Amino acid sequence: MIDVLIIGSGGAGLTAALSAKDVGASVLVVGKAYPTNSQTSMAQGGMNAALGNVGEDSIESHVEDTVKSARGLCDENMIERMCGSAPSAIKWLESIGVPFSRLDNGKSGINTVAQRKMGGASAKRACYAQDYTGLKILHTLYDTCLKHKIEFLDEHYLMSLVVEDEVAKGATFLDIRTGEVKQINAKSVIMATGGYGGIYHNYTTNMTSATGDGIAAVLRAGGAVSDMEFVQFHPTALKGSSILISESARGEGGYLVNTDGERFIDELKPRDVVARAIFEQFQKGQEVFLDVRHLGEEKLMELLPQEVELCKLHENVNPATELIPIKPVAHYSMGGIDVNSIMEVDGIQGCFAVGECSNAKVHGANRLGGNSLLEITTFGKFAGEHAHRYASTTTVQEPDDTQLQQDRQYIQNLYAQEVRLNFYGQKEKLGKLFYEKVGIVRNNKDLNYALEEIIAMQENFARMGITDKSPTNNTNLIDFLEFANMILLSSTIISAAIARDESRGAHYKEEFSKQDDEKFKNHIVFQWKKENA
Amino acid sequence: MTISILRSESNTAQTYTLDVQEETLLHVLTEIKETQDSTLTFTAGCRASVCGTCAVRVNGKEELACAYKVQDGDVIEPLQYHPVLRDLKVDKNKAKETLEKSTTWLHSFTEASPTHQDEKLTERQTDCILCDSCYSACPVYAVNPEFLGPFALTRAYRYSVDKREENVKEIIDNVQTNGVWDCTLCGECTLACPKGIDPKMDITMLRGESLRQGYTDPNFANQSFGTPDFGFDPNSGF
Repeated sequence: MIDVLIIGSGGAGLTAALSAKDVGASVLVVGKAYPTNSQTSMAQGGMNAALGNVGEDSIESHVEDTVKSARGLCDENMIERMCGSAPSAIKWLESIGVPFSRLDNGKSGINTVAQRKMGGASAKRACYAQDYTGLKILHTLYDTCLKHKIEFLDEHYLMSLVVEDEVAKGATFLDIRTGEVKQINAKSVIMATGGYGGIYHNYTTNMTSATGDGIAAVLRAGGAVSDMEFVQFHPTALKGSSILISESARGEGGYLVNTDGERFIDELKPRDVVARAIFEQFQKGQEVFLDVRHLGEEKLMELLPQEVELCKLHENVNPATELIPIKPVAHYSMGGIDVNSIMEVDGIQGCFAVGECSNAKVHGANRLGGNSLLEITTFGKFAGEHAHRYASTTTVQEPDDTQLQQDRQYIQNLYAQEVRLNFYGQKEKLGKLFYEKVGIVRNNKDLNYALEEIIAMQENFARMGITDKSPTNNTNLIDFLEFANMILLSSTIISAAIARDESRGAHYKEEFSKQDDEKFKNHIVFQWKKENA
Repeated sequence: MTISILRSESNTAQTYTLDVQEETLLHVLTEIKETQDSTLTFTAGCRASVCGTCAVRVNGKEELACAYKVQDGDVIEPLQYHPVLRDLKVDKNKAKETLEKSTTWLHSFTEASPTHQDEKLTERQTDCILCDSCYSACPVYAVNPEFLGPFALTRAYRYSVDKREENVKEIIDNVQTNGVWDCTLCGECTLACPKGIDPKMDITMLRGESLRQGYTDPNFANQSFGTPDFGFDPNSGF
């Protein structure tokens, strides 16, 4: 049995793999695409670390800003760990060759790394590589994995965790190329499978495959998920295509203006506050634009080259001379797999989770820009180390093939099933439903309506299925399996949102517009009871 | 609008007609799959030109499906020199092996004092999204399937000029066989790159560093008359 099976090959998975291998574990990284295809590539603005390279900063203020933005729904010890490890994480990334943007300050090492201000931050704290920070970190991690001969299994889609007596012993995968369902046994498992923003289909900056596969698998295997109602809306996505325009555009001095040309909010407030302010403008019949014209073409090309290209391509707008039409869309899932202080999943021994799929209680009700790349690199390292420690101190019996047989049967049934309803149409409907009824501003009437719609979709699920019956390279099948996960997680998001009769961070409810610490300063946790599992 | 897509099962172009304007190819492919033909197979991810998943060929030129606006009559095919798994979905493993062979990573770290100018040295090269467009456009693969290829060599160059790299020689050593000298400098890779990277220039620079490290251009060696004291140094230039 391998020591550490890592599911997901984004930044969190690759960091965990490198750290587990470094302490002596045998490691296998399995992903549904290729490692550099992951969502991490889309992180633009930066990675927070209180280096103080541009003005005063301290770990204490980083902790303070993060706690404040989390609105009481966080574990301060975890935040202290994350922020406290930030400078050493940058040092490690520097040592593997991440091509950070630099200052001309005559210093050396990480003291030359350029830093910019992001929303909700009290200092210029985000280390960056132009507006390609995630891409460049991800690719450098991948290069380093090749250097250390990390073993990869690409194009394998996670079906189920293999869990016996609440102990993780591996997972089952659908080999997308061959169509075969396989079981891979392992002494420990790390989930690094990403978030569930894809549920807001067509209304999210996320890639279409951000469907919360790992979170759904944990839920089905008896593990706990928490804070699912907290979905961050990014204030500035392109109006037509929902493509992200980085917060750094505002960090570098961009304004938000309405149709009348008026600014209406401090652009560098936390994302939840800015997104709501934009939503209010929409309700008043105003359109909202990002204005970066005053920065000038040269500075734009220097600092935000990617955004300039994307605006031209997807919105036919030249940011140097024209206003950029924007809207807030779903961007990041704060909630996810409930983990303890060593990143182990609540309810499944030997299973760890890290990155956006996990809820390590560091983002709380609202994540700060620049803290997600930080989370995947700092906690990715911890997860790798803890998984190895667990694997080397625990005797794990080989599991049987019950789960494998069950999953093979499930796939076989799907091929045999008659299809009467096109699930792609349902996916479009789901995205719109979530944006409109489980969005930036919520109310119980809309939420209950959304829940009824989801229940109806679940009841209709037996009528949906795959129309492509090819056994190999069947992306229709993968799309369907992802859709099934979206539906499963949808009900947890809405149920938690209904239960939380207050407003806190990214969760804002019209009829309960105040934060209610007495009743709601706690995490809403879902876990399937044994008899349902 | 009508476009045609090369289907792998029949090895023929299938035409699809849609009512769209000013849409990306990815949008159109998705619409076909969701409403007309669920068997049409392609891969995609971020929609924003950064995950490297959706490169295909349009009318014989490499394009990211998410960044290309469809025109009536377009002919869509999978990338060249990659085994086709199904329709537009290709196997990228062999292409990725070129990274291991070229040892494109930081070999030996030393603390340095990188400046803004140093950042600029590799800014473009590190925009690479590994979409494999350059690999597909490279004509060397028609004659030498073992060629290390544009993206791997660009990445080797990126690490070779990194101030933090102490062991440049090892990188240079690893791009000699099927590497920098096998390139014909035709520049097709540079034209194909959706991120504006210029692998041809990077390969030229790697050749220069190779000469400095004591390697010689084997193409010149082949053309020489075999007399060591011929009278001029072929590497000295004119």
